[in-house]
Amino acid sequence: MIELYVLLGLMIAGAVIAVEVKNLLSAVVAVGVVGLGLSVVFLLLKAPDVALTQLVVEIAAVILLIRATLHRDIASKFLGNRPFGAFVAFIFLVLTTYAGVLIFKSGMPPFGEPLMAVSRFYPLNALEGTGAMNVVTSVILDYRAYDTLGEATVLFTAVVGVLTVMRKMGRKKDLQENDE
Amino acid sequence: MNAYMPYVLCLVLFCIGIFAILSKKNIIKIILGIIIAEYAVNLFLVMVAYKAGGRAAIFSPNRGEILPEVMVDPLPHALVLTSIVIGLATTAFMIALAIRLYGKYGTFDITRMRELRG
Repeated sequence: MIELYVLLGLMIAGAVIAVEVKNLLSAVVAVGVVGLGLSVVFLLLKAPDVALTQLVVEIAAVILLIRATLHRDIASKFLGNRPFGAFVAFIFLVLTTYAGVLIFKSGMPPFGEPLMAVSRFYPLNALEGTGAMNVVTSVILDYRAYDTLGEATVLFTAVVGVLTVMRKMGRKKDLQENDE
Repeated sequence: MNAYMPYVLCLVLFCIGIFAILSKKNIIKIILGIIIAEYAVNLFLVMVAYKAGGRAAIFSPNRGEILPEVMVDPLPHALVLTSIVIGLATTAFMIALAIRLYGKYGTFDITRMRELRG
């Protein structure tokens, strides 16, 4: 699994660059590196459906972020840190690491040995039960179809929210002058 | 501890995202931190599902007989699929809010957005 560690190292490096680089456009591109590396990691972890979705979503997210940062003359202006926020972040990181160590010590199954107590049902019964060759598809569209319906509802709500926030009509005059 | 090494690297990624959320002034950097933390959580769930030497959870007549016992756990994959799409929706909404805030205040600096002071 050496390639997994290499890709995880690449992702961590990309994340550090994205957080610390001064140019906003470079930060967005670095997040794109993290997301595409994540897609390849999903492939290595035998999750092809998730890898495809991650690829598409990552490209869309990078396009949206570039839309937010492009045509802004402040893209390269460094704004600095919040000192108090950094202090809170440090405390939070220490607590998170401590909680992680506690979880690892308290009998979490090691990497590569999933528990599969409940989900053993799906590979054993999906082909006979739903007729789908892909077990993930059978879970999404048959066993947990209401979950997918809720996902579609959330997507619709987000689209309505974005259209409401970005609308041009029906705004007050002074707001329209400031926009773009 | 070597058996948990991928989980530890995943935790490092999550911590980088949390650090960006809590310590940056630029609202785009905060959004990037949220995206990175979200990636780390998705990655953790898929890692939990991985079985050493397992196959993808797809039955295929062309690849020979694949037994259900050697498949990786398909349930976290299905849930992470939902989570990724919802993550994109929330990201799009956050970016829309950031663009509107830029239009109103002329800056991405959250400490200079007076009416957001808490």
